[in-house]
Amino acid sequence: MANASLIPAGDFRTSYAADTTIFPTKTSRNTAILGVILIAFAPLVLTGYWLSVLIQIGIFGIAALGLNILVGFTGQISIGHAAFFLLGAYTSAYLNNNLPIPVFFTIPIAGVITALVGLVFGVPAARLKGLYLVIATLAAQYILIDFFSRAEWFSGGSVPASANPFSLFGYTLRGDKSYFYVVLAYLLVSYLLVTNLMRTRDGRALVAVRDHYLSAEIMGINLTKYRTLSFGLAAFFAGIAGALYAHYQLVVSNEGFGIERSILFLAMIIIGGIGSISGTLMGTAFVVLLPEAMEWISMELKGGTIDRALQLNNNLTFLREIAIGLIIIAFLVFEPDGLAHRWRQIKAYWKLYPFSH
Amino acid sequence: MNTHLLIQLLVNGLVVGTLYGVVAMSFVLIYKATQVVNFAQGELLLIGAWVCWALLAKYQVPFYVGMPLTLVFMFAFGIAIQIVVLRPMIGEPIISVIMVTIALSTVFQATLKWIFGVNPQPFPQIFTSQSVSIGGLQIQTVYVMSLVVSIAMMIGMAWFFKVSKYGLAMRATAFDQQVAQSLGISVKSVFAMAWAISATVSAVAGVVVAVVNGVSSGLSAYGIKVFPAAILGGLDSIGGAVLGGIIIGLLENIAQYIDSEYLHWGNLYEIAPFYVLIIILMIKPYGLFGTKDIERI
Repeated sequence: MANASLIPAGDFRTSYAADTTIFPTKTSRNTAILGVILIAFAPLVLTGYWLSVLIQIGIFGIAALGLNILVGFTGQISIGHAAFFLLGAYTSAYLNNNLPIPVFFTIPIAGVITALVGLVFGVPAARLKGLYLVIATLAAQYILIDFFSRAEWFSGGSVPASANPFSLFGYTLRGDKSYFYVVLAYLLVSYLLVTNLMRTRDGRALVAVRDHYLSAEIMGINLTKYRTLSFGLAAFFAGIAGALYAHYQLVVSNEGFGIERSILFLAMIIIGGIGSISGTLMGTAFVVLLPEAMEWISMELKGGTIDRALQLNNNLTFLREIAIGLIIIAFLVFEPDGLAHRWRQIKAYWKLYPFSH
Repeated sequence: MNTHLLIQLLVNGLVVGTLYGVVAMSFVLIYKATQVVNFAQGELLLIGAWVCWALLAKYQVPFYVGMPLTLVFMFAFGIAIQIVVLRPMIGEPIISVIMVTIALSTVFQATLKWIFGVNPQPFPQIFTSQSVSIGGLQIQTVYVMSLVVSIAMMIGMAWFFKVSKYGLAMRATAFDQQVAQSLGISVKSVFAMAWAISATVSAVAGVVVAVVNGVSSGLSAYGIKVFPAAILGGLDSIGGAVLGGIIIGLLENIAQYIDSEYLHWGNLYEIAPFYVLIIILMIKPYGLFGTKDIERI
């Protein structure tokens, strides 16, 4: 069945290979490839503003993917993700500034170093669960941010650290247009890696730990190993994303990477769908576009009666935070499976149209 | 060795510590009764402080009227949060419940900034004399007041749980919800009441802090400091929470003393509780007084 171009009615799966395949049909595979090709042409069409929005979605999408491995697949919760993101950013900038390593290599190295630090904070996590763990990651957030503001040799202390543009063997990429492809490449590789990870024994072990850790342990899954591993993986992707962000912004500072940013990362995966890889990207797009959309709405309303009555434009930052919080609550209460679930329902509706229900 | 500074800081630590203890106590109260980890505890504190400030400074209500009004408001507010937001979450995985309270804290924080602005506001003067002298030490009146109020609240809470019928019902619910329900306790109203009491107690602590330091969004930092305190004492022990709060308060100030006298790192007192937290979690994952989770298969 795997080579058919359409899925037959009913869900026939006769082998494990068919069950774990990424693309059930040729059509779905070709659509995915076509989608990537279309996106690759985006810089030729889009204006600078939209390009920067896309780059942000890409970068935060990688970080959110890491968080989804931890929260969605392993069932651990972390509210220190922004600190790991920032650690990756500083590490990459530091390596590139102080050692003769081109940015091309410092990004993965930053990922690995962040993963190692993540493992350190993951060690108490191996013994803890639920809320004790949440609080340990909260401590990680504060300790790391405090470290960045203290360690002048590493992060410049109160002065933001500068980062060089992306370069490889003396050839420097400048501007959003070329950087878009760097981010796209990293995004594709990350999502493919994680999708494939979930098809392996290790991936299934993570899910088993989430679903029932006692049963998982009885079945021979090493709990400590997998909990720590998922922490390391989450930190790894956060580090990669942070490094990409550093060489995109060309400057790294603590500003905006407090606990609110960690909450924003959690919002991305909750809105997208906890434990859904494609949902992660949808959620990230939603969270990145939401403030932009609010900006447009407030621009439209500018000078109007509503604007003057509520002083919308002066308080946009607060309104943005309120909106994010309310949307998280609304999703948790009304749509706990996130956008990914909604998307599946839309697909199911059209598949059976006009005979749905 | 600067003895005077040390004593001053220790007194400071004790005062702040008892306040942490009070907030940690109300945090543990919610956790024990409803199994919800409340990340919006600091915001409850902040709401209480702002409401009281608005009544006193904006509407010129005298303190002895404004304070009870604040408490009544917070009581109703606590019930409202439980009914509107937390009740639909019963039975959902713990991650969702934690996320809901985190989102709540974001919403509260931003809404308060929207309404009251970002600038700190001084609290109206309540006491006429600035400081009293106890045993040769000049201690600010507000500190004495803060200590007295905190201890009074702790005693009140102890009385509530040991003696009053409602407190016993709450303990029964915390022990086993089904058994409590079959004994005729309304678990629903116990849940709502836990939030109401917790919000009220936090508001008192919030007003006390506001009287000492003025009102600003920084107050919600108390909500974050609650975690080291509650973890230290064990998440489900009210007495432990109080003790944990005092220890964290003292520790912060001792860290500040060491910092200012010897190390000169700056800001050590803000971060020290978190280092302690990590160490405690590594050694005793269930805190000093928490019940160890033994799982049955």
